[in-house]
Amino acid sequence: MSDELDDLARALHAATPEPDTKKRAAVLARASEAFEKKATESQGLATEPRQTSDRPLQGFVRGVREMLSTLSTRAVLGATTATAVLGVVLVSTLNTGAPSPRYFGSYEKADAPLSTVQTETASRVELEVLIESPVILEEAPAPALVRQRAAPAADMAISGQVSGLVASEPMILPAPIPGQGFEADTEAFPESETNPVKVTAEEPVSTFSVDVDTASYAILRSSLERGMLPVPDAVRVEEMINYFDYGYSAPEGDAPFSVSLGLRETPWNAGTQLVRIGLQGALPQVEDRPPLNLVFLVDTSGSMRAANKLPLLKQSLGLLLSELRPEDQVAIVSYAGAAGVVLDPTPAAETRKIRAALDALTSGGGTAGQAGLQQAYALVEEMQSEGEVSRVLLATDGDFNVGLSDPDALEDFIAGKRESGAYLSVLGFGRGNLDDATMQALAQVGNGTAAYIDTLSEARKVLVDQLTGALFPIADDVKVQVEWNPAQVAEYRLIGYETRALRREDFNNDRVDAGEIGAGHQVTALYEITPMGSAARLTDPLRYEKSSGEAASDDLGFLRLRYKAPGADESQLIEQPITNAATSDPALDYATAIAGFGQLLRDAPYLGDWSYDDAIALANNARGADAFGYRGEAVQLMRLAQSLDQ
Amino acid sequence: MKDMVTDEALAEAAGRGDADAFGVLVARVYDRAFAVAFRLTGSRAEAEDICQDICEALPRKLVSFDGRSRFATWLYRVIVNAVHDAHRKQASRARAAEGWGDVELARRAEAEEAEAALDWLTLAMAALPDDLRQTAVLVLEPLTHREVGEILCISEGTVAWRMSDVKKRLRAMKEAEL
Repeated sequence: MSDELDDLARALHAATPEPDTKKRAAVLARASEAFEKKATESQGLATEPRQTSDRPLQGFVRGVREMLSTLSTRAVLGATTATAVLGVVLVSTLNTGAPSPRYFGSYEKADAPLSTVQTETASRVELEVLIESPVILEEAPAPALVRQRAAPAADMAISGQVSGLVASEPMILPAPIPGQGFEADTEAFPESETNPVKVTAEEPVSTFSVDVDTASYAILRSSLERGMLPVPDAVRVEEMINYFDYGYSAPEGDAPFSVSLGLRETPWNAGTQLVRIGLQGALPQVEDRPPLNLVFLVDTSGSMRAANKLPLLKQSLGLLLSELRPEDQVAIVSYAGAAGVVLDPTPAAETRKIRAALDALTSGGGTAGQAGLQQAYALVEEMQSEGEVSRVLLATDGDFNVGLSDPDALEDFIAGKRESGAYLSVLGFGRGNLDDATMQALAQVGNGTAAYIDTLSEARKVLVDQLTGALFPIADDVKVQVEWNPAQVAEYRLIGYETRALRREDFNNDRVDAGEIGAGHQVTALYEITPMGSAARLTDPLRYEKSSGEAASDDLGFLRLRYKAPGADESQLIEQPITNAATSDPALDYATAIAGFGQLLRDAPYLGDWSYDDAIALANNARGADAFGYRGEAVQLMRLAQSLDQ
Repeated sequence: MKDMVTDEALAEAAGRGDADAFGVLVARVYDRAFAVAFRLTGSRAEAEDICQDICEALPRKLVSFDGRSRFATWLYRVIVNAVHDAHRKQASRARAAEGWGDVELARRAEAEEAEAALDWLTLAMAALPDDLRQTAVLVLEPLTHREVGEILCISEGTVAWRMSDVKKRLRAMKEAEL
């Protein structure tokens, strides 16, 4: 918990005085005058009460309804969830014996200082709601929900309350338990709300960018192994799914990737189905790969001293060295206080020289990420020649923005370098200081990947096993768009990819950046769909829904993919119908288990009674050969999470 | 009972000429604008002036509320802009007292403890550059980073970045005290 921000919030709200009633009344009177004046000026606007105005009684009912509908788009979920959410809010209001200020339909945590904003009447109204709607109270989850979460930073705790209407326990949590083994609690994760259910008739098209990062899985593993549930915002379901290899078949011919589809019943919802979209990047012959220019940009600030940071980082990069070829080049830039070139561009054949430079890295001093980044890119430009692939590997514990007040300029800088063909990948180390949000943002802007390295075996997986994928892009700006067929699919939701959503119109706009696929990378996306006529449908069909018109297709939907060849400006299009044919699909079975696991960790609202037991059973059944034991490890993590969740 | 009606519904009704709806709305606007403007400026007098400007212009301003964004988001943006304008006006006149360094605050502090907290607050707020202070006040409302980004027309990442900067500065202040 960040005490500083808490203190500041408390002091700030406590220092805010009450408005002067006389002045307030005078201003309000003048404002109403101005309103009347304007109303009579504009022709024809009646000032008498309207027929359907908000008279008290209707106003109240309508107010509650509007409150529900504005609380969250998830109100479409139906009454159960919506009332449960409302219940939590009201109970926490009751517990404090006083109303909390409400903005955006959100609530402060129960022990937060009261702001002066709230009016007396509003509190009375809220209490009346409680009394008049006892049903709501019964739906409210017991406060036994207080559980141990990996200590979140203050802003996350707050956002948990504002956006976590479904992940409701932070509302009751008085405060996260401090000091659970982290050096400091300044971790930052991007905020994201679980994707809601969409009604196909209203919004048939779903667009997102691919995401081949796996950082989220490694971060949650590190949390669970420390005996803590990860913060829900740290759990990105798509990165968990994409951590695993599903053995998709390689593309044929010159295509950069193959597309495969799968369909099965949803284990957590009898009336719905899961659709799997799988992309497999081509794996060019390793011998044919172009020469590689690597610049290691290493954070050597004082906070990197811990064994799981700089020492692990050196070992990890050492592993990578053995995979390089003589014609590849390596340079090292360190940044701590002042940035400096530790190793000038050196052919990979000079292993001893490179290792010595790596070993000589020591931690100390503050961090200045931007200067280091500029130097790294300058070196890349020096090393780059025709037909070679260049990449900056930024290794940090997250704290690399001291003195940087203009992140937009930094993003612009990286985006500019992206045009020149240099890629940026970010490797995260250590916990407590991890700025996952910034890591993600920089890697996304820099056309790279973000990975989190907690153990040497993870370093091996990220840097060695996936050397080709991590370092050689085969398709840039890969965007996925699915148009669902309203005649077959009543509702759908995309599982994960919350931080990768794209606007529909951006699909065809080649200037809009999206995710990259590297050699051999796999990308898997799951949709949960509700077939037409299923009892599991959450929304009522529209009475005047258009009958499906001309020759209704049996297809569930239509898949479009756009990608650019590396360095190209114009995108290419791949299209494929999604047919309604369920087949045995072991890849989907395992991905489903992981998707369920991720949603359990995120407290996502769509799983019903489905539990860790079900996830474990499904994962065990679909484990397959599991040559490297990654899948077995996932089951261990599920069991850990299960016991922590008790 | 009207308190349960959403801002958006009120704004819409006011847009259609409902004077009652406008009355409820402008009262809400005053209270919220006063609190936020005070936190942004640290000065009661300045906050009152800003509220007056906002409320008297509200009938005209409502036209620019298109109902697509949340009323609260829109209002925050109006407040932030009003504070900004007020500062510019002030700068072009003589340089008025810097809000967060004002004696007004010290007078309000009665208990000794509160005084110490207020000193810290005044120091902390005065030490923050304008953009960081603005971001911090909004985030601590509390609002999500996304909402703050929308209000200030900056990316979510920038908000996160500024907040980590704020945290660092506060921590540095604390360490300097020890």
